Amino acid sequence: MIAGHLPVLLVVLPLMAAPVCVLLRRPAWAWTVAALASWGAFVAAIGLLLQVLDGGPISYPIGGWAAPWGIEYRLDMAGAFVAVIVSAIGAIVVPYARASIEREVAADRIYLFYCMYLLCLAGLLGITATGDAFNLFVFLEIASLSSYVMIALAQDRRALTAAYRYLIMGTIGATFYLIGVGLMYMMTGTLNMADLALRLPAVAETRTILAALAFLTVGICLKLALFPLHLWLPNAYTYAPSAVSAFLAATATKVAVYVLIRVYFTIFANVDVFETMFLREVLMALAVLAMLSASAIAVFQTNIKRMLAYSSLAQIGYMVLGINFATLTGLTGGIIHLFNHALMKGALFMAVGCVVFRLQAANLDTIEGLGRRMPATMAAFVVGGLSLIGVPLTVGFVSKWTLVLAAIELNMWSIVVAIVGSSLLAIAYVWRVVEISFFKPTPEGAPAIAEAPLSMLIPTWLLAGACLWFGIDASTTLSVARASAAFLLGGAP
Amino acid sequence: MNPATVILACIAVPVVGALLVMLTDRRPNLRESVTLLSAATLFALVLSLHRGVAAGARPEVLVAEMMPGLSIAFAVEPLGMLFALVASFLWIVTSVYSIGYMRGHHETNQTRFYACFALALASTMGVAFAGNLLTLFIFYEVLTLSTYPLVIHAGTDEARRAGRLYLGLLLGTSIAFLLVAIIWTWSATGTLDFTPGGIVRGSVPDSAVAILLVLYVFGVGKAAVMPFHRWLPAAMVAPTPVSALLHAVAVVKAGVFTILKITVYVFGLDVVRQAATSEWLQYAAAATIVLASLVALTRDNLKARLAYSTVSQLSYIVLGAMLATTGSIVGGGLHLVAHAFGKITLFFCAGAIAVASHKTEVSQMRGIGRAMPVTTFAFFVGSLSVIGLPPLGGLWGKWYLALGALEADQAIMVAVLMVSSLLNIAYLMPIPFRGFFAGRENARDGAPDDRGAGILEAPLTCLVAISASALASVALFLFPDPVFDLLRQLVTP
Repeated sequence: MIAGHLPVLLVVLPLMAAPVCVLLRRPAWAWTVAALASWGAFVAAIGLLLQVLDGGPISYPIGGWAAPWGIEYRLDMAGAFVAVIVSAIGAIVVPYARASIEREVAADRIYLFYCMYLLCLAGLLGITATGDAFNLFVFLEIASLSSYVMIALAQDRRALTAAYRYLIMGTIGATFYLIGVGLMYMMTGTLNMADLALRLPAVAETRTILAALAFLTVGICLKLALFPLHLWLPNAYTYAPSAVSAFLAATATKVAVYVLIRVYFTIFANVDVFETMFLREVLMALAVLAMLSASAIAVFQTNIKRMLAYSSLAQIGYMVLGINFATLTGLTGGIIHLFNHALMKGALFMAVGCVVFRLQAANLDTIEGLGRRMPATMAAFVVGGLSLIGVPLTVGFVSKWTLVLAAIELNMWSIVVAIVGSSLLAIAYVWRVVEISFFKPTPEGAPAIAEAPLSMLIPTWLLAGACLWFGIDASTTLSVARASAAFLLGGAP
Repeated sequence: MNPATVILACIAVPVVGALLVMLTDRRPNLRESVTLLSAATLFALVLSLHRGVAAGARPEVLVAEMMPGLSIAFAVEPLGMLFALVASFLWIVTSVYSIGYMRGHHETNQTRFYACFALALASTMGVAFAGNLLTLFIFYEVLTLSTYPLVIHAGTDEARRAGRLYLGLLLGTSIAFLLVAIIWTWSATGTLDFTPGGIVRGSVPDSAVAILLVLYVFGVGKAAVMPFHRWLPAAMVAPTPVSALLHAVAVVKAGVFTILKITVYVFGLDVVRQAATSEWLQYAAAATIVLASLVALTRDNLKARLAYSTVSQLSYIVLGAMLATTGSIVGGGLHLVAHAFGKITLFFCAGAIAVASHKTEVSQMRGIGRAMPVTTFAFFVGSLSVIGLPPLGGLWGKWYLALGALEADQAIMVAVLMVSSLLNIAYLMPIPFRGFFAGRENARDGAPDDRGAGILEAPLTCLVAISASALASVALFLFPDPVFDLLRQLVTP
């Protein structure tokens, strides 16, 4: 009985839990509700993925209204996979957040944080589940608005301007998306993605649809912070509470990438989008620019959270690149990197959060000799860092392997050079942290600090361990990513 | 035990050894016993594989499938057998030596030193027994990472700079060239298994073979072909046992071993011979041989001189691989073994002199032979072997390399080898000669003659190790047959 309603439970569970948090008020109770809802959503997502693997895409009409009139939830392999990623990160971040948030958010606002977190989770999961272009916009706004609040909850006042900037840019992005959807509705009379896919080819050449495609692309790229539309991201990640940085870095941009995939490969499935308006060339160039310039900027950061934020921008470049190849291997690479990057960036931001928990700041000059004082935390950072570089036995290697393979298959040697170049820059920025924390002596008079509490260490190491696990045995994740890519490209299921 | 278990044990024993070393941190005697015991066990395990491999067996074991079609697998073939034997035997010798050196020199962080050393050996075994290019690449990278803490052991700014160069060049070349070459090979041939006769024939066009060969040779930064050789002299800031075992044997030989292995099992000899770039690469190797020898002449610091000598000698083996004739491959393999014993002796002596007399510059070493006769004589023996004179093992390698060059109608390479031998004499022989024969009458400007004053022979464990490796060089001259027999299997399938 319940199994049939999983697609909607996935979203409704966190959505309903959010107001409960506000009613309960007490931080400990709010946390319990958030934890239960996150774990419930995670179980639902796993159940959905298994169902999809077993029997193909699931369609679920909301309230029993059939597709063209009602809202359809539609989960295929890619959607279920991203839902698993998002809910897994949520399930791991909530236990971590308890201690971290207590330190970084004012005590009387903690229940608000959990409420916003649950709304954000509901929004992100809704995006993965919905089969309706307008409904997607609604969830996008739920997720975005709640994440603005989460960022602004930090006690650092710079978080307010960061959140405000994110609000402005994010709203422009969402509006552009809505304009795109409106234009498509005008030409086709439907908002259902599957219907859109059928009706768009007939009007694909019209100026209206071309404009719609342009609005959609720019709007989503703002959300996923593709260079040069990334200006909101570095400050937002730097000044947000650490648990928020970890959660958003691992999920929000990933879901935006997923929306891009949805638009190109589901809504415009029967139109060759990449050949229109130089889309391939433009996106390819921007992705490469993101990979190289953001990595280069990361090398010069002294605030570690900001460095990781710039590294995220580069990694987003990899994902867009993979989408852009539009071949089986390429799209597989984009999707697998979506998963892998969620693991590694989650682990990295959580490790930095542990440092912030003890030191109040994570700058290059405060972490001298930290490898001796907080060995478990910094070891997790090293694992995440090696993943970013793409050292074998970590997930980063699997991503890089797949993407380079895709580029070689297409004979795009300049892209190979760009991927390699970006990896080399990653060595530079990751290794600065490793060298300073492990191989510089602890400065005189440094505060005596203990290792981070276990409630933070265990979630951090869960993700760091996953970086290694899925780096050594990538068969499962690769086959799911490959199957998703094959389905999206319209091949075998 | 069946061979598959033995192979896995060869990787596991040093890893377990490293863990036990960390556990016995506070009890140095127990800790060193653990190291010695692991080294002895490892050698016994490797030796137990030898009989079967010499008789033609090729034991294999599959560990895990990493990505579809790509697995972590081991397979023992003659070349890997030889490399593993040399490295594991010399680990015993070096461990004995380390005890005297590290204590005599009052080094800090000895636990980290012994633990990383054991990990480096585990990765060396992984490289030696790798059954496919992916496995080889994984352990190649792990070897770089596990030796990095050893390079910057001293913790000074100079050591950290050297560490950056080390990591930057080795990781950089491997990601930029080697990884790309491996993925390209995979994309073109669909297999990465080491196969006698090669895997590229027929499936890769000639032009691609030519480029791949260049990528492989320069991608294996550990082979130190100019201009990617700078990491090796930089790594000399490490404690001498590291320079001895890792930067004269395990790490650098892992590099040339990889090149030989790729030549034989990925390309196949005749493919390399016909490749458009192999002659060009021969010249690159020849240039490295001569130039590095010339640089060695100018270095007054003994370890730096030996490092450049290593750069030069490594290219002998690269040259052997690129000539790709029966003789040159056998010669390359022989040189791999003989140079290991010769050069490790020289480094042991350099370290012994540093421990006993705190002299590191060649110009300070006049008269040292009278205070340290055993050490200086061993240095003389090691020099003869590196130069390639009878009655020492170094002769065979050069002999067969020269034969191989003639086979390939490259008489000029014979000339290069001869010139290099002369240069070897010029930069190595002055050290023992001055040590023994330069006396008081040569001391100028009234400098106090510190010949023999207060200097005693090196610690006993150092002397034992030095004698063992020097005797091994002699033994290799007298009884080269076991090595020959293994190598002959490579070229006569």
